[in-house]
Amino acid sequence: MLRDNTSKVVLIGGILIILFGAVAPNWIVNQLMFGFSRALAILGLLVLWRTGLVSFGHAFYFGLGAYTVAILDIQLGVTDVFVRLLGGACLAGLAGFLVGFIMRNYRDIFFAMLNTAISMVLYGIIVKTESLGSTDGFAISLPTIFGVAPETKYPLFVVITTVAIVSALLINFYLKTTIGRLTTPIRDNEIRVEYLGFSVAHAIHLKYTMSAILAGGAGALMAMSLGQVDPDSMINWTVSGELVFITILSGPGNVIAPFIGSLVFEVLRTYAFELAPHLWQLIVGGTFLTIIFFLPGGIWSLISKLGRSTS
Amino acid sequence: METFLTILLDGLQFSSYLFIVSAGLTIIFGVMKILNVCHGSFYAWGAYTSAFFIGKFSEMGLPDGLGFVVIVASAIIVGLVLGFLIEQLILKHMYHRDEVLIVLATFGLFLVLEDVILIAFGTDPYFAYQPMALLDSVEMGGIVRDVYGLTLIGVAALVAAGCWFLLNKTKWGTILKAVIFDREMGISMGINVPFVYTLTFIGGAILGGLGGAYIAPTISVAPGLGTEVIVLSFAVVVVGGMGSIMGAAIGSVIIGLLRALAVHELPQVELFVVFAVMAVVLVFRPEGLFAPAKPRKI
Amino acid sequence: MNRRFLTRALGIAAVSSVALTGGFAQAKDSITIAVPSFLTGGAAGPFGIPAMNGAKMVTDAINNGKLPAPYNAKGFGGASASLIELDEGGGATKQVAEYRNLVEKRNVDAIVGYISSGNCQALAPIAEELKQFTIFATCGTPRIFEEAPRKYVFRTMGHATSDNVAAAMYVKEKFPNVKGYTGINQNYAWGQDSWRDFDLTMKQIMPNTVASDKTQFPKIFAGQYGSEISAMSLDKADLVHSSFWGGDLEAFIFQGAARGLFKKKLGVVTVGGTAAYRLGKKLPDGLVLGARGPYGILVKDRDSVLNQWFVNTYKDIYGIYPSGPAYQYGQAILAAKIAYDKAGSDASDEQLADALRGVTFESFSTTVEMKLGGGHQAATENGYGITKYDSEAGENVVTDVKFYPASCVLPPDGVDSVEWINGGMKGAKC
Repeated sequence: MLRDNTSKVVLIGGILIILFGAVAPNWIVNQLMFGFSRALAILGLLVLWRTGLVSFGHAFYFGLGAYTVAILDIQLGVTDVFVRLLGGACLAGLAGFLVGFIMRNYRDIFFAMLNTAISMVLYGIIVKTESLGSTDGFAISLPTIFGVAPETKYPLFVVITTVAIVSALLINFYLKTTIGRLTTPIRDNEIRVEYLGFSVAHAIHLKYTMSAILAGGAGALMAMSLGQVDPDSMINWTVSGELVFITILSGPGNVIAPFIGSLVFEVLRTYAFELAPHLWQLIVGGTFLTIIFFLPGGIWSLISKLGRSTS
Repeated sequence: METFLTILLDGLQFSSYLFIVSAGLTIIFGVMKILNVCHGSFYAWGAYTSAFFIGKFSEMGLPDGLGFVVIVASAIIVGLVLGFLIEQLILKHMYHRDEVLIVLATFGLFLVLEDVILIAFGTDPYFAYQPMALLDSVEMGGIVRDVYGLTLIGVAALVAAGCWFLLNKTKWGTILKAVIFDREMGISMGINVPFVYTLTFIGGAILGGLGGAYIAPTISVAPGLGTEVIVLSFAVVVVGGMGSIMGAAIGSVIIGLLRALAVHELPQVELFVVFAVMAVVLVFRPEGLFAPAKPRKI
Repeated sequence: MNRRFLTRALGIAAVSSVALTGGFAQAKDSITIAVPSFLTGGAAGPFGIPAMNGAKMVTDAINNGKLPAPYNAKGFGGASASLIELDEGGGATKQVAEYRNLVEKRNVDAIVGYISSGNCQALAPIAEELKQFTIFATCGTPRIFEEAPRKYVFRTMGHATSDNVAAAMYVKEKFPNVKGYTGINQNYAWGQDSWRDFDLTMKQIMPNTVASDKTQFPKIFAGQYGSEISAMSLDKADLVHSSFWGGDLEAFIFQGAARGLFKKKLGVVTVGGTAAYRLGKKLPDGLVLGARGPYGILVKDRDSVLNQWFVNTYKDIYGIYPSGPAYQYGQAILAAKIAYDKAGSDASDEQLADALRGVTFESFSTTVEMKLGGGHQAATENGYGITKYDSEAGENVVTDVKFYPASCVLPPDGVDSVEWINGGMKGAKC
């Protein structure tokens, strides 16, 4: 499972980043945490995208994961990082599994839009419910790790990076299994896949559920590393748009791409906000258009080109 | 009885506003299969342009009645300029790409246009109350209503009638329906599809602009007003069936009336109602109530 | 009058002793203050921009030693401050991320600002976590200092409770015949707290009035209130309470006025001050108008040296009178100066917090006593007036202005607002 190049890079790179985090300034550790948390969701979207499916509503699962952490914290006083993470990921996964029964019958733009619609239902409910924090959301306490409340953010960073490494390895492995390889074939010709004896609906359902689990885990980790959840930053349609944007920015080439893409996005947004507080949307939107037009393979296509020219 | 009439009028007024905006969204979707996220920008630009010029003309001492000309002119200008530029400069080069990628491009455009509004018009809100003041108010069902708001129902009816006439009684309508049903067949029948696309996008943009331009006199025209609209008109289009004018009309009326009912009887669920309707429709008819027929292709 | 003179004198004494003791520390030449405010979105024009203007004007004056006495010493503890302007839009979560960047990446010395209650509520625990000296300028929810004690976070103006208790008292005094009340407020911390405090106070001091069971809570920045206005018009209540602010308030006033809502009902707008200057003739007469304390149009004519300096300088630079947010941000910057003057320009966050805790100072329009929330939350007077268009001057004025002292409209330190109101507002000195 760990024999291919990608796995080696993920493992070694991940360990190096964990070591680097111990000496890096706080703001860089923060950016890495935000970036890696969000990258989990992108990883799920990448699996879907390879199948030709783009969801314009995965903020539904992202938000579900984040709000699970908030409810666990505020209603039940759960502080353990793993319980929170599993809670968020499982609930999102369950929701994804149920919604998947509808979604697996849809393709293209309808798939994208139905996802948006479902995410907006959750958005509407939360915004209007005072006990769910309405527009304000909740502040979330720092998680404990094995019952210990850490002094700094570093232990949480280690947890997030480890989860990121494990997820990347698992998805990389999955994409090499037979069912995992059924991505491009489904995109290109579903009927042929059916004739080969596979159920396209089942394959898509599985991928959809996986992406929901990953997005839920991403939301849970994001909520813990930020210490805050609110509907406009977690569930609104613009968040779904951002997730897809990062997917495009990363490119579908490799499971490492989402992590690089998310970091680039995090840095881009930070600097856009710093340099032009009035106009950061313009900078982000402009980058977005540029990528779509001039770099359709995302950042990963640059990296693989670079790799090819050096070797 | 008073309450009933009030809810009915409130609901229809809100429906009308929803319909004008969503009609543009659904036409573009039906013909081009583009979920146009920057439709919210057309709305915002329409509102800004009309508010700006109504204010300017009023300062110059021109009669307030001119405001109505400004409203229509703003919608047309915004639709023509923005619609044409976006279609020609961006979308045209993307039709061979994935549909979903085009949605993302319009999302990028939406972000950019939001800030271009700030550059063009500044952060200060605009008020263009003159047309509303001109039409005064009437008492209906025991409460005062502004006539301007009521005319919105008429405008929406005109838009609906216009769309119906265009689609069903003209050669253009036949061409559009052919393209909606099957684009490739349209091309092989000799229809100039790129031209149809350009016109459709401009037409949709004009409707988006009209929604903004007409509502401008009743609101404070301030940055960020495009974001809310997208969500609402999106809900309408999902409920009605993506790509169907009839669906947009029914969707608007359902959502408008239910929302008005909620505001009067159970204000807590006002926003929730919109999405609850959407959820119910999605579960039982995921393609919406009036989804246009689709050819089955292999 | 006597009492006010006394507090003012005390305040000045306190501050001048501050000025004397300060200045010995090893001085830095410059400090950076981050000033977040709404630069985009519907709240920018009426709220964010005037707020930022107020902050810039006062900072400039402090840097150049141009503030009237006793604040005429140059700089913040001698250091000149440069401001980082930031957009407060985009939701609490984004603000949390940006806040972390401000502290950990851009290493700002102090953070002064924030308008939205949602943002303040989210940021207070983060500020404590990062041990960052932070002054909230405008946001209103009382929860910030009531849900947990704070060490590094301050707020230099009264909170929502004072706005709404004062509103209810004003109504009782000037409109004793009110029979019922309804309200339209935004569905987040600010709107919910405002309505709750107003409702509870009315139940205490005007127990014969009836609260409507159909109060409206539209989403913030909704912009269109047609159905809500209809519903309130049909409601039997003869008073409409609203804590709308910024663009939402202006839209609501427009739409309501066009439909005669404010002719039929008494409108009480707790954050109406910003609209008074901006709407001109379009603002209906007879509204009960507040400005979240002694700011903006309510205090335009107060003739203290500091206030006249503020009003005239602002008018000179920006061409309009300063509204509430300009005052509130100016006041927060002034508080930062006081902390720096006392602790020295190179003071740590802890020293700055110690310096500001429990201070009483004379601000531009009023006396600010940092005496609630363990010395972190200001207590100021709060007042209301009635709008009237002065056609000769061509501008809005407020008549029947009445101020209630801080001790009358705010709970004593350590007492929760809701419990205080429900307990009959014990200890209130009016």
